Amino acid sequence: MKKKSVAVVGAAETTEMGSIPGLSQIGLHADAALNAMADAGLKPADIDGIATAGETPVTLAHYLGITPTWVDATAIGGCSFMIHVRNAAAAINEGLCRTVLITHGESGKSRVSGSTRPNPARGSLGAQFEVPFGVLGPPTMFTIPLLRYLKTYGVTQEQVAMVAVIQREWAAKNPRASFKDPITVDDVLNSRMIAYPFRLLMCCLVTDGGGALVLASANRARDFPAKPVYILGTGASVESPMVSQMEDFTSSRAFRVSGRKAFAEAGIEHKNVDHLMIYDAFAHLPIYGLEDLGFCKPGEAASFIGERRTAPGGKLPLNTNGGGLSYMHSGMYGMYALQESVRQMRGIAPAQVPGAKISVAHGVGGMFAASGTIVFSNEQP
Amino acid sequence: MSQGQRPLPDPTPETRHFWEGTRAGELRLQRCDDCRHAYFPPRPFCPKCASRKVSIFNASGRATLYSYVIHHRPAPGFTPPYAIAVVELAEGPRMMTNIIDCPQTPEALVLDMALKVAFERQTDDITLPMFKPAGA
Repeated sequence: MKKKSVAVVGAAETTEMGSIPGLSQIGLHADAALNAMADAGLKPADIDGIATAGETPVTLAHYLGITPTWVDATAIGGCSFMIHVRNAAAAINEGLCRTVLITHGESGKSRVSGSTRPNPARGSLGAQFEVPFGVLGPPTMFTIPLLRYLKTYGVTQEQVAMVAVIQREWAAKNPRASFKDPITVDDVLNSRMIAYPFRLLMCCLVTDGGGALVLASANRARDFPAKPVYILGTGASVESPMVSQMEDFTSSRAFRVSGRKAFAEAGIEHKNVDHLMIYDAFAHLPIYGLEDLGFCKPGEAASFIGERRTAPGGKLPLNTNGGGLSYMHSGMYGMYALQESVRQMRGIAPAQVPGAKISVAHGVGGMFAASGTIVFSNEQP
Repeated sequence: MSQGQRPLPDPTPETRHFWEGTRAGELRLQRCDDCRHAYFPPRPFCPKCASRKVSIFNASGRATLYSYVIHHRPAPGFTPPYAIAVVELAEGPRMMTNIIDCPQTPEALVLDMALKVAFERQTDDITLPMFKPAGA
């Protein structure tokens, strides 16, 4: 066993998923946290580290009755939770704390309370050089690079629509998925235009939900009731808070840097990956992710998906919970990608990949602004 | 019809030269005196080599259409559908903008089409740099 190694020893989502009008944002954090602590057989006094985004660790610690010696308030969008995992693993290895709770909760649909999508601050570069031109939330920003990608590689809108079709196939296997009915490429292309070339079914859902993880040193992992899931490697990076200033509209630098770091740290090759999660706020993200993580050459990911390599029965099962496009998306979806990787490694996912030993969860924050990547395994490193 | 008002920038000390430029009909970029890198958005140092020796210069106003979306939902100050574009300036940097004097359709908005800057006055203080087809 590696001398320094950290495991997920507790994991859970909120009790309900999708529409949860009875809980505020902090309530969703707490519901998920209590479920994850119960999964790990822990009480608040057993937790000495807290990482969260949306709410602050202060709010969460007070609400749950935790006295931490280590906190991480990294809040750089939907991949914050991947980065919490990366930071928490380092903190545990360094002895700064022993047992870390990472939480997410968001009342994205019911809007009971809280907001994790503030506009760029007044006077910021984004407020000066993007907002005046009519951007209004992720559908008007995250989407802008795609036409350049399509032209560069000769990829069609039909091929991008296929991403949503295949993820719906995965969602059909997940009883908790918001949308389970099969869809076709025509359904996607005929759905309401949001921001050309993006139609409604190429955009993620807006739901309520939450999730939480408990991390501890791998040498303690056997003390917990659930099957441990080991963290083999992690990566993180950031690029620009303004999508217009992204270096290359056909590839995310943050994705490439984060992915490379995680794979190198884990010491794995692409052929070792049995299961993959790529944060899909919009249908083009799995395409960028497959290429930037190195599973496909530039320009080839749409064909790879079209050939059903990532579909049920394919060699590289991708977004097996249905993803942000069909399962749920509360606003900062990264936590749900992590939860599905953990379920797959525990062998309890609704669409379980038989015999899967290594899972990669790749997150994005902002509009290609940030990224975090985690490599999990159910085998002790 | 558009509802509400288009949000306008609040210049900061580091960006004021840019907004004074658009008001005067100039598209002002910055260039590093040490490594010659031309850059945008404004800041008082070179983002490539960190030199504080930088100069302001007037860009040509020539650009090409790099990428865009056509937003179909209402936004304050806009009448949908309207394009939100990113253009590549002849000098290298890219910037977000709107395309005017051009139908807001995929057929009319062709990637790499030649564009030229147009200064659209919003208030006494703020003029936004927009772009129109070079032939228009």
